[in-house]
Amino acid sequence: MLFVGCLLEGRLPTLSALPHDGGTRLMSVMKRLSGILQAKANKVLDKAEDPRETLDLSYEKQLEQLQQVRRSVADVATARKRIELQAQQLQQSAAKLQEQARQAMSQGREDLAREALQRRAGIANQLQDLETQHQQVAAQEQKLIATTQRLQAQVESFRTQKETIKATYTAAKAQSTIDETLSGISEEMSDAGLALQRAKDKVENMQARAGAVDELLASGALTDLTQPVDSIQAELDKTSTNAQVEAELAQLKAEQLGTAPPAGALSAPTPPPEQDQQQEAPQTGGNPA
Amino acid sequence: MIVRILGEGQYELPANYHDHLAELDEELAKAIEANDEAAFSATLDALIHEIKSAGTPVELDRFIPSNMILPSLDTPLFEVKELLDEGTIGEQG
Repeated sequence: MLFVGCLLEGRLPTLSALPHDGGTRLMSVMKRLSGILQAKANKVLDKAEDPRETLDLSYEKQLEQLQQVRRSVADVATARKRIELQAQQLQQSAAKLQEQARQAMSQGREDLAREALQRRAGIANQLQDLETQHQQVAAQEQKLIATTQRLQAQVESFRTQKETIKATYTAAKAQSTIDETLSGISEEMSDAGLALQRAKDKVENMQARAGAVDELLASGALTDLTQPVDSIQAELDKTSTNAQVEAELAQLKAEQLGTAPPAGALSAPTPPPEQDQQQEAPQTGGNPA
Repeated sequence: MIVRILGEGQYELPANYHDHLAELDEELAKAIEANDEAAFSATLDALIHEIKSAGTPVELDRFIPSNMILPSLDTPLFEVKELLDEGTIGEQG
């Protein structure tokens, strides 16, 4: 409730329009956001004594920001490409492990085959995670490209407009025009600033995750069967993927034998015959009369 | 009335649209308060749809401050909360 009211009190005329309904109504989200962005916008502006100078300074800042957004587009593209490369590497590792599992089985080494399949299941999880990240980073890239295009167009028209304003400037007359133009342009820059910040956060986050995958790939933990996977995560992965591994093992066994596995052969051992008869007795008997 | 959709630009709406937007805006505030992700994105979706269909985009060469600002369509709830909190924390700090 108190968000922007106290934040901007006395600084921005628009905030006097905020609703004060004795706390029964929640404060408008759209006006709160507007206040926050305008507070940011006030920080963006370097107010000079002569408003004409402020126009020039704002133009400089706009150019600077356009540069930053362009760099950010490049950073996000780099992050995206890195994810794509890692996905490729992981797919290769998965294929290799699949082949190793096959080889291990043909040599009668079920333990090694199991290990390989478990690692391959771990890679499948990583790949899924990468896919999500890829979608996010690609969306971010598109947004930033749109921001760049908008800024680019605005920088050009702002330059023309500020020269016109300066040429026809008389202190009393031009002040309100300048104020409105400056508020507009600085709000625009704050919006782009938010997009920049989001992109920066996302790229940092991607880099941390990508670094972890790189380490995993470099350590050979995903491909080298001589190195035991002993981390807690690996244990957890094993537990969660056990069923799938069992199923795949069964399939490999079947391939070796050239037959399909009997249904439920691995998951549920057949109970001994005596137990069967005991269980059957009450069922056939039904309810005692 | 000028409304900005973050990351997308501004729209100009007829002044008589204010009350209708205010209703949706209040629903949005309730959803944020209740931490209701589904209600939040549904309301945000409705708001943006209204603004885009009833408003006209403000030309890129027109520099004018907005009366209201809205997050973009796919903004997750936590990001909006962060943004709103930033306003509060920024003042305290």
